[in-house]
Amino acid sequence: MYRPALALVAPFLSLALNMPAAAQDNAALRQEIDLLKQQLQRMEQRLNGAEQTAASAQSQAAQAQQRAAAAPPAASSSASAFNPAIGVVLDGRFGAASRTPAGARVPGFALGDEAGAPRRGFGLGESEVTFSANVDQWLYGNLTLAFEDDAVAVEEAYFQTTALPYGLTVKGGRFFSGIGYINEQHAHAWDFSDQNLPYRVLLNQQLNNDGLQLRYLAPTPFFLEFGGEAARGNTFPGGGESKTAGTLAAFVHAGDDINENSSWRAGVSHVRTKAEDRVTNDGADTFRGRGNLTILDAVYKWAPTGNPASQHLKLQGEYLFRDEGGQFNGLDYQSAAQGFYLQGVYQFAPKWQFALRYDQVQANNDDAAVVAGSVLETFNETARRGTAALTFFTSEFGRFRAQYALEQTRPETEHQLLFQYTITLGAHGAHAY
Amino acid sequence: MNRLVFTFAAAVLLTSGGAHATLNVFACEPEWAALAGEIGGDKVSVFTATTARQDPHQVQARPALIARLRAADLAVCTGAELEIGWMPVLLRQAANPKVQPGAPGYFAAADQVLLLDVPARLDRADGDVHAAGNPHLHLDPRNIAAVGAGLARRLADLDGANAAWYAARQKTFAEKWTAAMQGWEAKAAPLRGVAVVVYHKDWVYLENWLGLKQVATIEPKPGVAPGAAYLAQLLQDVPARGVKLILYAAYQEARAAQFVAEKSGVPAVMLPFTVGGTERATDLYGLFDDSINRLLAGVGTTR
Repeated sequence: MYRPALALVAPFLSLALNMPAAAQDNAALRQEIDLLKQQLQRMEQRLNGAEQTAASAQSQAAQAQQRAAAAPPAASSSASAFNPAIGVVLDGRFGAASRTPAGARVPGFALGDEAGAPRRGFGLGESEVTFSANVDQWLYGNLTLAFEDDAVAVEEAYFQTTALPYGLTVKGGRFFSGIGYINEQHAHAWDFSDQNLPYRVLLNQQLNNDGLQLRYLAPTPFFLEFGGEAARGNTFPGGGESKTAGTLAAFVHAGDDINENSSWRAGVSHVRTKAEDRVTNDGADTFRGRGNLTILDAVYKWAPTGNPASQHLKLQGEYLFRDEGGQFNGLDYQSAAQGFYLQGVYQFAPKWQFALRYDQVQANNDDAAVVAGSVLETFNETARRGTAALTFFTSEFGRFRAQYALEQTRPETEHQLLFQYTITLGAHGAHAY
Repeated sequence: MNRLVFTFAAAVLLTSGGAHATLNVFACEPEWAALAGEIGGDKVSVFTATTARQDPHQVQARPALIARLRAADLAVCTGAELEIGWMPVLLRQAANPKVQPGAPGYFAAADQVLLLDVPARLDRADGDVHAAGNPHLHLDPRNIAAVGAGLARRLADLDGANAAWYAARQKTFAEKWTAAMQGWEAKAAPLRGVAVVVYHKDWVYLENWLGLKQVATIEPKPGVAPGAAYLAQLLQDVPARGVKLILYAAYQEARAAQFVAEKSGVPAVMLPFTVGGTERATDLYGLFDDSINRLLAGVGTTR
């Protein structure tokens, strides 16, 4: 039974050896071939073994034949075999709100272009396509394109080292900054259909920049990492062109298991931004100056016996504090803003999750020359919101969500209802903690 | 403050000392931790990333695992995409070039054996399928022997000074294991041809080894929980096809298996699945001893 299999494989082995490939390719091929030979030898031994039943021997040999038949195409069409992994995320939603989203305001804040209120009616959310692969033995590369309405944007495009010593990792290109907790997560990984208020208002959803990141993972028995970033800083909360780096960021994260059921991670981050000419409010407002943002973040996860699939709880919270100063529309401006969110996600049954969130932001613009009726007018108000979301998963790759929010970002209370689907096709990268 | 800095620096120096007394092994699953212990003895220090009560498909890339992988000299995993939901993230975040796939410090058990159940077509409509084949290969003890031989070679490559130690321990283990296998095969003879229903396709290798006949799964598709209509159909099949046992793993929810057992009168048998899954499965020998005892006890009650 094994002889035909061997006979099938042999020509391909010699063919593979004669292929005009690079030296290291040959070495790698030889290794593979050696492995194949070993596997065949083992199979031979097994087949000759007295303990083997005829039935299982047949199934083993059938396997080997399948393998032998399957191996050659992989070797001969290697051009496509090296294609990067492709993942697609499709997102659609239906929104209903008691007030029109146009002119949505958060009192006291100049909002970035992404920080508006959710749309009403049917609409596509952000569709994403991700390509990723190891570049070589040193590098990993990733490109994420985001399609929103008819516009395509490069959401992330970066390389990351995989083989630096001493626990170091360098990332370069465009990427979500490592600050805070939720900042690095793509929208499709959020537990709610929209971003929390402090991130939406202070970071224009999340900090995403062109630059360089260095991370150091300390050789401690628990998780401890330090990171620093320098970036162009041409987008909110930065703005305009900077000669060197407009945005600098640093962060420390620590984490560990508490026991078999629970684990945690917490961190401190700091971001310095420089805005040359930051334009907001459809070009009506410009800001020139500096900002300092500090984030405290913590997350706690619980899952009985460490099996999150059937039941789990996740508690997460972040506190953001920002100082901003300079010229707002040419007038002196000094602002202190702060906000936080607290959220809990409970997976009470396989496929079902219930989530609650409270978030708020508040600005103090007393030291600024505030023009009445401008976005900087705070009315001494705190913007608050309470959100509840129920999510049903068809599998790891598909989910439907209904979300209700009671939002007080304008003088009156607003009710928002959102229905959302998110599905992922193809290769779907594992999620970080 | 100074003292704090000093303590921290001392801790870093102590933990990052270049000359390791032992080889740090990061085992993805308990069976490979046990095997690394059998072959490495006290020359290896083994960390187990998952327990027998965890579903190895669904583990989170927790901070503690990142820290442990950073310290590892060798990662021993099943491979064949079993850990695809968490290992790639750990590998990227652990910043440890020694254990990246392709490096000598990454050892995949699936590379050492032939996999069964290689799918003829890949479609997520078929559930949680593994393109490379069924990854639950450790439940055939002949695979354990093959992986053990490969692991001993790898340990010797990484830690040349102790190459003879690993070779000697592997030889001892292989002899003892072969003897144990003969014992199990003789003891398990009554199981040959016994029809079983399983919860998940975890048992293909065990079935193949012992000659058990899998006639249905409680999951309609891998990784998909059964619905009422599917279970009703299954309950008709159980008596019609002479099913003697319903098998499920220690890490799986017992409810569905118990439900089918109750309705059909066929005993549900919980098997340890891996080392630590039951009280008696304290090592690899115990894993197979206890599995076979439980299977035999299950068959006995139906007679």
